[in-house]
Amino acid sequence: MIKKIILFLLFTMYVSFASAAAGRNSVQIKGSDTMVNLVQAWAEQYMELNPEGFVAVTGGGSGTGLSSLISGTCDIAMSSRNIKGKEVALAKQRGVEPFELKVALDGLAVVVNPENPVSNLTIEQLADIFTGRITNWKEVGGKDKKIVLLSREVNSGTHVYFKEHVLRKNDPASQEEFAPSALMLPSSQAIADEVAQNSGAIGYYGMGYISDKHKAIHVALDGASGFIAPTIENVVSGNYPISRPLFFYTNGEPKDPVKKFVDFALSKEGQEIVVKTDFVPIK
Amino acid sequence: MRKVKEFIIEKLILLCGLASIFFVLLIFLFLLKEGLSLFKIISPFKFLLGDKWYPISEPARLGILPLILGSVVVTVGAAVISIPIGVGAALYIAEVAPLKLKEVLKAGIELLAAIPSVVLGFIGMVTLVPWVKTLFKLPTGLTALSGSIMLAFMAMPTIVSIAEDALYSAPKTYKEGALALGATRWQAIWRVMLPAASSGILAAVMLGIGRVIGETMAVMMITGNAAVIPTSILQPVRTLTATIAAEMGEAVVGSEHYFALFAIGIVLFAISFAINVTADMFLHKRR
Repeated sequence: MIKKIILFLLFTMYVSFASAAAGRNSVQIKGSDTMVNLVQAWAEQYMELNPEGFVAVTGGGSGTGLSSLISGTCDIAMSSRNIKGKEVALAKQRGVEPFELKVALDGLAVVVNPENPVSNLTIEQLADIFTGRITNWKEVGGKDKKIVLLSREVNSGTHVYFKEHVLRKNDPASQEEFAPSALMLPSSQAIADEVAQNSGAIGYYGMGYISDKHKAIHVALDGASGFIAPTIENVVSGNYPISRPLFFYTNGEPKDPVKKFVDFALSKEGQEIVVKTDFVPIK
Repeated sequence: MRKVKEFIIEKLILLCGLASIFFVLLIFLFLLKEGLSLFKIISPFKFLLGDKWYPISEPARLGILPLILGSVVVTVGAAVISIPIGVGAALYIAEVAPLKLKEVLKAGIELLAAIPSVVLGFIGMVTLVPWVKTLFKLPTGLTALSGSIMLAFMAMPTIVSIAEDALYSAPKTYKEGALALGATRWQAIWRVMLPAASSGILAAVMLGIGRVIGETMAVMMITGNAAVIPTSILQPVRTLTATIAAEMGEAVVGSEHYFALFAIGIVLFAISFAINVTADMFLHKRR
């Protein structure tokens, strides 16, 4: 009996040492659901090139990533929005210095069901639709059908970005909100599924999710400028009005092994992966 | 030696017994400590009766009335569906069914209880939600009704097994007496057995409702989560539990949003506590 206990203790000690050793070379990444596919692709390629390095990627939303960076449970927070002043203050209070790195760009696509005849909208119209001032498709040139608003949950960077740049049109004093009747769906995939089967729905997500089951709306900044499709070329040229940078946040300037991974993501090879996963490279 | 052994074991199980109370107390104290901090920022009145839930805006609007009503609508809907079916099933199993069928039915109900709620939510999302949408010609099928139907499945095992227990433990002599006086089988069940077991059945119903109001995953997946004050059951709603689950990850520790989620936790705790105490009262009345 006693022998067994000692063996067990030795075994647990061995396991904990082993995992501690692995911990030194591993990088924990957490945050934006939009970025999960991209960062996962980076991680896979990186681990192939550096078999001794280990990178773990989990989603949960930009807010989730930043709050775990602040509480010290991840090395890199991926975020599809800028860190908020409140979060910086809280981080400093806990001895964490958020360090920002832009790693890619993303266009936000506004999508409707392919059966919907509407294909062009201005930012003004989008704001009216998502705040609930326009509730029927016929008001923007569509069929007489009620608009079903689809939004991401508040823990999503995509939600915050869309609110600030479309609903509030970059005006920090604006108090516009999503209509309370907007359905809050837990993931971009859930939005994609609902748009595919609901002919009255309108939703938004990162460009990477566009498929032939959805129709991407061409968006114009105002009535005077043209309607632009969400494509990689239009985001790079800056013509598409709803595009955003994607960030990594680390605690202070990155040191190895985090630095090694970040350098890889920003390298030519890393930025090629950005294009492959339907995002837009920064260079 | 034997006495010492007895003594040690006795004290050990005493410790186990006390542990659960200790943990409940700790959880409750933590909940209070985090949740009550909110009321330094916003009055409880505004929190409970405010009709706007925009937790991450500046300034944040933290009114949970739509969330409370959302939970209430989904729960009432689930109760209306699950109570008649659940009590009916319990009556059949306890009073009518032949022995063999009884065993099969009981096993089936236990199996229903064993389905994880996320699986029920997923099944609801792909089958029930489109069905509700086309049946009622709604703009979307993600409604309180879809949530109610799915939650009724979750409440049923609790209701059936406890109600069946109550019926089983009602004295058999009552039924025999009724039959001897010339009552039909149905009259004996409806007028004698059901009233005799009524407190146990009420307790079963309360516990079933308690299960519904605390359920999170399935509700989050199929009720649409729109924080509006519901005017019909065919509307999307956002429940208290889904709000905590969906937003806890985002809330910065120590922010008003974070405290508000804990305050919602207190509200939920108070509701389930009240339900459990009521159920307990009914159960004790029986004895």
